Amino acid sequence: MTDALAARERRAGVGEVLLDVRDLRTHFHVMDGTVKAVDGVSFSLRRGGRLALVGESGCGKSVTALSIMRLIETPPGEFAGGEIIFDGRDLLKLGGRDLREIRGGEIAMIFQEPMTSLNPVMTVGDQIAEAVLLHQGVKRKAADEVALQSLVDVGVPDPKRRLKQYPFELSGGMRQRIMIAMALSCNPKLIIADEPTTALDVTIQRQILELIKTIQERTGTALLLITHDLGVVAETVDDVAVMYAGRVVETGTVDDVLLNPRMPYTRGLLESIPSQAKKGQRLSAIKGVVPNPFRMPPGCKFEPRCPYAWEAGATEEPPLIELGPDRTARCWLYDRRYQDHLAQYDAHITNDSGGTTS
Amino acid sequence: MTGPAPAATPVNAPANAPTTGQPEAPLVELQDLKTYYPIRAGILRRVVGHVRAVDGVSFEIRRGEVFGLVGESGCGKTTLGRTLVRLEKATEGQVRLDGRDVLSFQGKDLKKMRRRMQVIFQDPVGSLNPRMPISDIIGEGLLAQADAQNGWADRKVRDKRVSDYLEVVGLRRDYTRRYPHEFSGGQRQRIGIARALALSPDFVFADEPVSALDVSIQSQILNLLVDLREQFDLTFLFVAHNLSVVQYISDRVGVMYLGKLVELADVGEMYAHPRHPYTIALLSAIPDPDPRVKSRRLVLTGDVPSPANPPSGCRFHTRCWLRRQLNNPENCETEDPPLRELATGHRVACHWAESVVDTAVAEVVPTVDTEVPTDLPAPEDVGAPVVTEIETPAATDVVAAADDEAAPASGGSSGNPTNDPTTGRV
Repeated sequence: MTDALAARERRAGVGEVLLDVRDLRTHFHVMDGTVKAVDGVSFSLRRGGRLALVGESGCGKSVTALSIMRLIETPPGEFAGGEIIFDGRDLLKLGGRDLREIRGGEIAMIFQEPMTSLNPVMTVGDQIAEAVLLHQGVKRKAADEVALQSLVDVGVPDPKRRLKQYPFELSGGMRQRIMIAMALSCNPKLIIADEPTTALDVTIQRQILELIKTIQERTGTALLLITHDLGVVAETVDDVAVMYAGRVVETGTVDDVLLNPRMPYTRGLLESIPSQAKKGQRLSAIKGVVPNPFRMPPGCKFEPRCPYAWEAGATEEPPLIELGPDRTARCWLYDRRYQDHLAQYDAHITNDSGGTTS
Repeated sequence: MTGPAPAATPVNAPANAPTTGQPEAPLVELQDLKTYYPIRAGILRRVVGHVRAVDGVSFEIRRGEVFGLVGESGCGKTTLGRTLVRLEKATEGQVRLDGRDVLSFQGKDLKKMRRRMQVIFQDPVGSLNPRMPISDIIGEGLLAQADAQNGWADRKVRDKRVSDYLEVVGLRRDYTRRYPHEFSGGQRQRIGIARALALSPDFVFADEPVSALDVSIQSQILNLLVDLREQFDLTFLFVAHNLSVVQYISDRVGVMYLGKLVELADVGEMYAHPRHPYTIALLSAIPDPDPRVKSRRLVLTGDVPSPANPPSGCRFHTRCWLRRQLNNPENCETEDPPLRELATGHRVACHWAESVVDTAVAEVVPTVDTEVPTDLPAPEDVGAPVVTEIETPAATDVVAAADDEAAPASGGSSGNPTNDPTTGRV
């Protein structure tokens, strides 16, 4: 398949590891106890690479993103462990000035809600110029020019007029373009986009996705996309890490993970998406709900909902097991000791889904 | 895919037609329904204009079907549903339930109607009173509708019924004394469904019932709705912006844009042979979780215009890709296209719907009912989809014009030189 090939080549072409998150643990101490929102998350992103963190609400994907930006308030939050190596430096060890330089300068973030994340009492032009003044040490006039150019880059019609407008005068799609323009204005090495299209309508979502892709390709910025929408994942990134209950449970290329999911949770997610082919059939739902953060199951966190679980998962949590280059799954099925379970599982899903697996 | 299309119900059915004994008579009928909201300004709060949330919509919902209504935010789909069940005041038009005019009901009749038409709300948090136990949340409606026959005025009878319906929606019978905060989002939505069904309605308006839920929970609720529909013989108006969900659950689908219904068809027909350029753009915009699908996407430019000041003529003309390809025919700007029958049961409000062909649609809509090709035989760099040369209803000079500005487009579809807009139909 040419696209997959192209993606592979691109990935080979992209450089060294830019962001390496190792065993990150972000906990929150609240009245009822400790919520381990992120509890041992590891992944890495190369220079110019595109990675999605995907999962349902409460899985810890946004907290991971906020941890990278060091936007977690401590207390109640606490970085209980791990490291976030960005461009050779551990972000968790940086403070004050260094952090402010990186934040918005080298790592930019696009938030989900373009209304609340823009300052309502500042014009669009001032907001973009503010970031440029802060990070690039240029004069006001030059900053204004950068602001104008960044609006042109994100395809805002009539950019000169828009610079003088306030966020409330703009539509949701336009605000999100402004957010992207702001993120780009300082030529960051990494853009974190946290559900950038969730608040938008489908035709506007399409515009914004195309824009993010075009810009990412043009500037070669690395992209970390946070989303719950597997459709958006399939179309925007090359690699994906699936999260569940504060952990990464599966990683791989988009093609591998979405076409041949190894972790039963990923499979369950994909199968529960309604589609034409499933019309008239029952949707295969994942039974039950996400575990209560105060009462996490002792073993595999997905075990209570897993249709294939056996004793192993109930008592001991599986590690992320390497399945191939850049391909992992957190599931006992892939432990050598349980090969017979894997054989059963494979037979079961081949019968079930008419051989969508290889 | 389309299945045997039932005889289309005429849009202009005689008013107050007797319905008993006629199996085809629709359960709910809308005739030129309008809901306007006044815009007030100045010290005197004078009305300076209207937001035309719903602006002349007519269709019918057949007994026992799920009618899906899709569109982007602000298109009026929710307002339409709310007007239908008398939660908003209609400005003009008619809504008939079993042939009787819902909008004129008052007093006793209105109360009876409320029992027959129920609502499932979008927000499972906001739609349940946090200070009420479940028994009261579900029981409140029962109490309001209590009469000598059903005996719902009696607390015991009511509580039993509440428990029964909790069981129906897959919750435990003894949850009646709990409060909404003790439940998860999916469970709360189940409570909302139980509340609607406890009154034994014929018709349920489901307003984005799954859009606040995660995908694994969403499928649980969709399965539940499908089961309940069978079990209780329900008719649904299912409003959603997620086209995959609507496709899964609906029998027929209507697409709204800026207060107007722009296309209506059986679900299979709609997704396989969409004819309105807006519908095609919507379908093309859905992100597909299958990474093998790499179709060219049709990207609409611009934003949805304001319903307070909609564009003249066809409301979609400011963003319409088809109009650009046809080199901006004049009637798009001047004439509001009526919703007309293109094929049996397939109604479209577009002057140029005939110039859309399936081969072109297939290029931009990945879900057209063929198998996903592993290697797409994509024609080299086609600018934009569609458009064959075809006799058009009004202007005659369009055909020649079609190949200047949008030249690459006609090149792309030339592989299928057909004049017949219905080519490719099943």
